[in-house]
Amino acid sequence: MPADLLKLESVDLDRGVRRLLSGVSFVVREGDCWQMLGSNGSGKTSLMRAIAGLTRLGLQGDRVCTESVIYQGHLPGLKSLLSCRENLRWHGSGRVTDDFQKIDVALARVGLQGYEETEICQLSAGQQRRVGLARLWLSEAQLWLLDEPFTAIDVDGTAMLEAQIQRHCEAGGAVVFTSHQPTRMAALKMLDLNQYAA
Amino acid sequence: MLPELGTFLRFQAQRHLQAALRRPGDIVGPLIFFLMVVTLFPLGLGPDPAVLAALSPGILWVVALLSSLVVSGRLFQSDYEDGTLEQLALSPHPLALSAMVEVFCHWLLSGMSLALVSPVFAGLLNMPTQAMPVLMSSLALGTLCLSLIGAVAASLTVALRRGGVLLSLLSIPLTVPVLIFGTAAVREAALGYDPTSWLALLGALAAGGCVLAPFAIAAGLRISLEA
Repeated sequence: MPADLLKLESVDLDRGVRRLLSGVSFVVREGDCWQMLGSNGSGKTSLMRAIAGLTRLGLQGDRVCTESVIYQGHLPGLKSLLSCRENLRWHGSGRVTDDFQKIDVALARVGLQGYEETEICQLSAGQQRRVGLARLWLSEAQLWLLDEPFTAIDVDGTAMLEAQIQRHCEAGGAVVFTSHQPTRMAALKMLDLNQYAA
Repeated sequence: MLPELGTFLRFQAQRHLQAALRRPGDIVGPLIFFLMVVTLFPLGLGPDPAVLAALSPGILWVVALLSSLVVSGRLFQSDYEDGTLEQLALSPHPLALSAMVEVFCHWLLSGMSLALVSPVFAGLLNMPTQAMPVLMSSLALGTLCLSLIGAVAASLTVALRRGGVLLSLLSIPLTVPVLIFGTAAVREAALGYDPTSWLALLGALAAGGCVLAPFAIAAGLRISLEA
């Protein structure tokens, strides 16, 4: 039986005075890949931030989550005046690395070979997203929380990211992501937030 | 439990300094602001050297306070806007410490640089030379206090689009003791007395601030991230 990485039990989520979701229950086990669906404003991002532990005020109910998490939200978390390589030396869930070779490999995987020394502010929006996503190749975190990871990413990039997500799940990790696009991933579990709308 | 806390903090400091040095205008700008405001006083008060010398400790300290208010508004701004703050908050390392690293770097680049060039401005106001070392040390200690106070206010206002006025309203009342001790130290030194006790009080404020402010800053930043 694979271990639970994340467990929500009848969770209610408020934003301000408005109740967004009520009675959300789901369990993410090792090897799971969950796609979170829901119309605009249904609370996908709010729930994602609550799962990650960024917001605590509106959350009622039981949330059990592993420590080993990487969260990639709408904001890239990159310093615009530093180069790709300098930026990727650190991310929230991990330690500081001096292994530039590993960073360069990750950058090459996301199609940014040759941009290692380029400052983030000189990259396009899609390229900046790719730098942020390169962390997924560097991270040792077990649970990936990805909020709209396919935004601004082209067709090749989408396929590459899907493959990486699947690889991670096959290796015993787990992924929860939000997206409006249908994906080609196999063994995908769906969480439709519209059914929990309060 | 904390993976390589020292490496992490050193890396954060290096990152802040590196990014700041690539935009030197942000460091020089507040110093020019300071210079311009100081030159307004002889125009407003009249050019009598004796009057300017007598008022110079107060003038320099008030202007230092204003310029620290101007810069502390941006303290966590870029981290909030580009999502670095989210990553710092989710990191296993305490947010209080990573925020303190940022405040220290900010103080080095704004407060310390102001303290280092302050004798030039003091010369413009005809301040007695024997007060200059005390002016520099009081500003070095005082701007650390001001940075800490500014950081607490900035942590609470960073999520607001135009938090500048609110930031001033939150921090000015708290800066009053710093201003009193700072000007007193410089005035005593200018009159030829011993300013040590005032400097010691400033040092005590700075030391106390370094211990207590990180918790307030971390709490403020977490509240801002809730928005």
